[in-house]
Amino acid sequence: MSLNRPLVTLMGKKDGFVLVLDDTCAFDALLEELKQKLSQNQTRYREGPTITVKVQAGDRYLKPEQRDELTRVISSFHHLKVAAIESNVMTQKEFEEKRVREQLVSVNRVIRSGQVLSIQGNLLLIGDVNPGGTVTATGNIYVFGALRGIACAGTGDSNPQAVIAASIMEPTQLRIGDRISRTDESQLDELRNDHFLECAYVDPDVDKIVIDKLHQIQQKQIIPVMNADM
Amino acid sequence: MGEAIVVTSGKGGVGKTTTSANIGTVLALQGKKVCLVDTDIGLRNLDVVMGLENRIIYDLVDVAEGRCKLNQALVKDKRFDSLTLLPAAQTTDKMAVKPEQMKKMVDALKEDYDYVIIDCPAGIERGFRNAVAGADHAIVVTTPEISSVRDADRIIGLLEQEKQLTPPRLIINRIRQHMMKNGGMLEIDEIMNILAIDLLGIVLDDDEVISSSNKGQPVAMDPNSKAAQAYRNIGRRILGETVPLMAIEEKPGLIQKIKTLLRMR
Ligand SMILES: Nc1ncnc2c1ncn2[C@@H]1O[C@H](COP(=O)(O)OP(=O)(O)OP(=O)(O)O)[C@@H](O)[C@H]1O
Ligand SMILES: [Mg+2]
Repeated sequence: MSLNRPLVTLMGKKDGFVLVLDDTCAFDALLEELKQKLSQNQTRYREGPTITVKVQAGDRYLKPEQRDELTRVISSFHHLKVAAIESNVMTQKEFEEKRVREQLVSVNRVIRSGQVLSIQGNLLLIGDVNPGGTVTATGNIYVFGALRGIACAGTGDSNPQAVIAASIMEPTQLRIGDRISRTDESQLDELRNDHFLECAYVDPDVDKIVIDKLHQIQQKQIIPVMNADM
Repeated sequence: MGEAIVVTSGKGGVGKTTTSANIGTVLALQGKKVCLVDTDIGLRNLDVVMGLENRIIYDLVDVAEGRCKLNQALVKDKRFDSLTLLPAAQTTDKMAVKPEQMKKMVDALKEDYDYVIIDCPAGIERGFRNAVAGADHAIVVTTPEISSVRDADRIIGLLEQEKQLTPPRLIINRIRQHMMKNGGMLEIDEIMNILAIDLLGIVLDDDEVISSSNKGQPVAMDPNSKAAQAYRNIGRRILGETVPLMAIEEKPGLIQKIKTLLRMR
């Protein structure tokens, strides 16, 4: 192994460290050198605040236990905190999961009482959800029609960032992540007389599901920016 | 080769049997050969509404179990030669017949009749599946009440999954004009918005319906009743004619007129 080329490069950036890892050597060698590098640096930063570390593993595939190992080694230095571990490589399974998570599934029908439509990813429903009908998605839900039944967004890993949008928003119940909101009659009257095209999301300020006009949500930047290929 | 139409609702007591009897009657009045099939095994009614109860010898379960021929079980109507009834059994339960057996019977009836009208029991279980098995078209009956509309929606969802069926059509039954006006009942538009299927007709709530049922004579036979007019229009729409919807606005009666005048002063 050549000693003149370092396996671990530590770079200071404005918002923390970037750790660039060699992607051709053995993983154990990497860990060894990482420990060394970090303990050499330790004295310099011990007094300051916690520094975040972004790990770049290059073309090396990291198994989940290897990611854990890296995190453990880095956070054993108390002033360091792992922000992200990035790798250019993922398994086909991981890729497939990511694809499914980010896909937009469009469905063109009415979801009637007693019917449940569950999809992986984001749902684009062209049609109504009637009272007694349910739509669920691991991601966001967009209804081009009247939402009068139940909609559950962000079901997969209880994602509180998911949103529910509908042309006509008169739901009996909304669920986002593990939050639930019911609509009572007085609210429904208000919704009926109100506006067209609305969106529900979890407002972090009040930690509750709120329904708002679309432009207000855009201002708050709650809706994630979507990739062009979606 | 005729066509089979199933009359369903999900919720009980909204007027499936009444509708079946009257559609059968108006189609017979138009000169069509019609067979009414009662699939409400264990709770048969259609024979009573048609006034044919005392003529029943065999029933649908007897046919299914091979105790008689299909033709032997058919009961001829009192009024029309071209109208017959295949009665349900009163003594057994729904499980006595399988959907495949029902389909065979309906297919056989379609050979001889222009229209086979199938009266479906309430609910979404075996009785429903039996009634739907042989049908080509479906009619959904609802009243302007939220629970009835909800169940109709559920039934429409199930009917839409039956590949052999054309899209179901809706009859709104028992509309009460004064409640509509005062906002006590769902509006027709509101119902149509939710159910989003074609409207076949609307039938007012009419005491004549009950009294003629009790006499074993479908109300459609009485040309003076409002409900009869509605059923005749429905019959013509089934035959493919375009008939505009009946005006619901009732001419105010004399007392109503006086009241209105008094209030105006
Ligand atoms: N338009 C109407 N006006 C007044 N009464 C009506 C009307 N339609 C139906 N009815 C009455 O409502 C009652 C229930 O009707 P019907 O038996 O046809 O309902 P159903 O849906 O067949 O019930 P089930 O689910 O028990 O089979 C009967 O007494 C009938 O006379
Ligand atoms: Mg009945």
